[in-house]
Amino acid sequence: MAAVVDIDVLTAQLGINWSDVNLDSIQLPPGNDFGIESDDESVYQDDQSEFDTGFGNIIVVDHLPVVPKEKFEKLEGVVKKIYNQLGVIKENGLLMPVDPDTKMTLGYCFIEFNTPQEAQNAKEKSHGYKLDKSHIFAVNMFDDFDRLMNVKEEWEPPQERPYVPGENLQKWLTDDKARDQLVIRFGHDTEVYWNDARQKKPEPVHKRSYWTESYVQWSPIGTYLVTLHKQGAAVWGGADTFTRLMRYQHSMVKLVDFSPGEKYLVTYHSQEPSNPRDASKVEIKVFDVRTGRMMRDFKGSADEFSIGGPGGVAGASWPVFRWACGKDDKYFAKLSKNTISVYETETFSLIDKKSMKVDNVVDICWSPTDSILSLFVPEQGGGNQPAKVALVQIPSKVELRQKNLFSVSDCKMYWQSSGEYLAVKVDRYTKTKKSTYSGFELFRIKERDIPIEVLELDNKNDKIIAFAWEPKGQRFAGIHGDQPNRDVSFYSIKTGTKTLERVSKLATLKAKQAKCPLLVAPQASTSFLAGLKGFNGQLEFFNVDELETMATAEHFMATDIEWDPTGRYVATSVTTVHEMENGFTIWSFNGNMVYRILKDHFFQLAWRPRPASFLTAEKEEEIAKNLRNYSKRYEAEDQDVSLLLSEQDREKRRALNEEWQKWVMQWKSLHEEEKLVRQNLRDGEVSDVEEDEYEAKEVEFEDLIDVTEEIVQELM
Amino acid sequence: MRPILMKGHERPLTFLRYNREGDLLFSCAKDHTPTLWFADNGERLGTYRGHNGAVWCCDVSRDSSRLITGSADQTAKLWDVKSGKELFTFKFNAPTRSVDFAVGDRLAVITTDHFVDRTAAIHVKRIAEDPEEQDAESVLVLHCPDGKKRINRAVWGPLNQTIVSGGEDKVIRIWDAETGKLLKQSDEEVGHKKDITSLCKAADDSHFLTGSLDKTAKLWDMRTLTLLKTYTTVVPVNAVSLSPLLNHVVLGGGQDASAVTTTDHRAGKFEAKFYDKILQEGIGGVKGHFGPINALAFNPDGKSFSSGGEDGYVRLHHFDSGYFNIKI
Repeated sequence: MAAVVDIDVLTAQLGINWSDVNLDSIQLPPGNDFGIESDDESVYQDDQSEFDTGFGNIIVVDHLPVVPKEKFEKLEGVVKKIYNQLGVIKENGLLMPVDPDTKMTLGYCFIEFNTPQEAQNAKEKSHGYKLDKSHIFAVNMFDDFDRLMNVKEEWEPPQERPYVPGENLQKWLTDDKARDQLVIRFGHDTEVYWNDARQKKPEPVHKRSYWTESYVQWSPIGTYLVTLHKQGAAVWGGADTFTRLMRYQHSMVKLVDFSPGEKYLVTYHSQEPSNPRDASKVEIKVFDVRTGRMMRDFKGSADEFSIGGPGGVAGASWPVFRWACGKDDKYFAKLSKNTISVYETETFSLIDKKSMKVDNVVDICWSPTDSILSLFVPEQGGGNQPAKVALVQIPSKVELRQKNLFSVSDCKMYWQSSGEYLAVKVDRYTKTKKSTYSGFELFRIKERDIPIEVLELDNKNDKIIAFAWEPKGQRFAGIHGDQPNRDVSFYSIKTGTKTLERVSKLATLKAKQAKCPLLVAPQASTSFLAGLKGFNGQLEFFNVDELETMATAEHFMATDIEWDPTGRYVATSVTTVHEMENGFTIWSFNGNMVYRILKDHFFQLAWRPRPASFLTAEKEEEIAKNLRNYSKRYEAEDQDVSLLLSEQDREKRRALNEEWQKWVMQWKSLHEEEKLVRQNLRDGEVSDVEEDEYEAKEVEFEDLIDVTEEIVQELM
Repeated sequence: MRPILMKGHERPLTFLRYNREGDLLFSCAKDHTPTLWFADNGERLGTYRGHNGAVWCCDVSRDSSRLITGSADQTAKLWDVKSGKELFTFKFNAPTRSVDFAVGDRLAVITTDHFVDRTAAIHVKRIAEDPEEQDAESVLVLHCPDGKKRINRAVWGPLNQTIVSGGEDKVIRIWDAETGKLLKQSDEEVGHKKDITSLCKAADDSHFLTGSLDKTAKLWDMRTLTLLKTYTTVVPVNAVSLSPLLNHVVLGGGQDASAVTTTDHRAGKFEAKFYDKILQEGIGGVKGHFGPINALAFNPDGKSFSSGGEDGYVRLHHFDSGYFNIKI
């Protein structure tokens, strides 16, 4: 970069007054920086990572026998034979250098393949290949050579970096109004807001255009916001605003997933195969979120990451890795054909170095709190071998409980959020095998021997379409029946005395037009709500304690519904699937509309999740008991805010009116000034509407148009 | 009051115009015959036959004797209001999109679309007192920078000194009506983001309202082109009008006509939406059309308004007494 002095000299020669130049107005053509270095270091880092030497398809094979010229061709033949099995060697792609002095080979050769993939494959497969006892191949990529040569002989201890305290990433939780944050994406912009229901509007926190190249996602307990880019993923967070905390290099990343405790980030990339009959290539990387270090990567064809169902061609079913719930992120499991692979995060290797073999397993599900894995194996052999649901303890791999089920078409497993119960929805064939009906198997995990209860619906032919547990509670709800008359039933698992614990039905709502999901407000311990999304955005807010509908509402054409993490508000949004009315609406839990924001090209709305409450159960109970005292304080605050709001509103209106009056006065005086000119334009006609210029008279006017006589015959 | 449905057109409405006294209503549609109605009871008085294409716009002289119409048949015609007789035909080599009489009715501004190799233009014609002496000479021809973009509306400014135009290039321009010089144009920052579809000026020529496909309408000072207000709605705006009596504006529009049959009937939002002119807040809406609203006009007494839709109906609404006491 030229020194400042040089620039001064140059500008003086050219006669440019430096201070007149507005530097911000200068825009360089894209792709050409005229050798001016950017201040942003990251520009260069990214460039380096994408740098490609074009030698990616060359490998170096070392530890070949050293042979004289006579045996040269024979050795070449052997090497070619070995590597032709692993890939297509380019024409003249084998180069074996010969020492000019001794006329002997040097013991290594270069092989050029058609594609880098083939080279990579050949390297992996033939590294360590034993030609004979004394010649074991050492194979490396040509591109890696520089790096390998530069490794220092002696190990240097890394420099100790001083500890820099980071920002408080959880600061948003300390908001004194206990508001929640939400992120929306529309057009090219991504914006984060506080949901300020008192002010009836969102308060902006941070906004950025082109923040992400595909979508954004919060981490499970809300610490980070992850954005996706061509080069990889990045996480953002911070005390007051969003700064980039870490980047994870994974080119063309498509999907990301966090472990539940936010320790690890899983990124996914799949590449469509050039031959449509092949399975697509999948690459998955697991990163440590805080250090940015890649812990392990998994590569393979999509088949290895799916259970080979019909959806296996397009790519793996996401998330590929199911994390054992529990905040310590200890285990994660992968389901593939006939095997369940459970990894532990200490070493990122398989538990006991073995996968579990379970023939034909199709679904697995972790308990949200314990390291218990539930799995489902469908019926085999045309019904000769029953379907099975089993619970397996990890890491011991002991089967805790299993149940065989007959004539089953499908099973879905639903864990209650505190891991006390597991509901298995079983779809069974009717006798004719033409249709199916639903029932439940309920596992009580926390009780001795894990008792199982069977629950059948009142109408035996009904099918369950949607299901939801009450968070941390004992109740669940299901939508069942056929279109158009679908019913919603609510059940409680813990009613009656302890000795006779049975599942009982609380209520059934008849003939709801409920079509899609049933949503339950999180954290709502006393009342629990169902928002029912119908075809055109019908919403219903239902209080299960009182068994009554609190409110019904409609957000026309709504496509998405999401409860805030506290269960106080629910957001419904219309995304770009519809052309018009894009935007979102915030509702209170009892069905009152709080506010509505319209944004064209609306893509996504996501509430920032909160970590679990730190209050003990006793403390929570105490607060619930004394709710009245607390509510007094908040009601007063609410009132203050609403007073302030109406005051502000009045003030705003007054200002607007005053401003308008000013304009009107100005126009009036101008109009008056121009009066004569206007009159002339109208040939002297007195211009403008003077009311008394003419008057309307009502004149009654009768005219005899025609007279005809007709004899009307009277009917008797 | 119940609206009066006026079914006289076979094709979508394009424009509505009251005369100064507010007793007559002229309607233009894509069928070829502009129609005259009694503005009070919606009775049809007659039609003006002669055009051979969709009629886009009309204007009536202050004394309600002359009517000028602009049509896609590449002509603008002068009519005798009373007899329906064609007085004169201005021939252009392109469809005419909008017409407007100047104060005094001695001048008219006519805009033409771009057509084959002709670019969109604004023409100023002298209107002779005696139709016998009428000639087709243009006093002035103005061209916009981008001739491929349609000029949807051009009207006279105060004292015929300026011409205000707006169209598909999203920019509002004020021209000198004498010299043809471009005096002002709207700022890209505050201006419309999509095509300007309609333009309506206040009775005293002090300010005007523009509607745009960007789902907003904007109120501007006519002399300085200062943006005064913005009214935001949920659908593209095709038509706008200013109440002469109260501080109200009305916006009409709706989902694009080509998408109507593919969605729920409520998706269209074919409502005439009323806004408080000063506070920019919505007051209410008048539903009824089953297609987008293409034309809106307030009666000069401010006690009724009419809307014309893609559905071919003109709906004439007399306000109930409640309307005049709306408080927000």
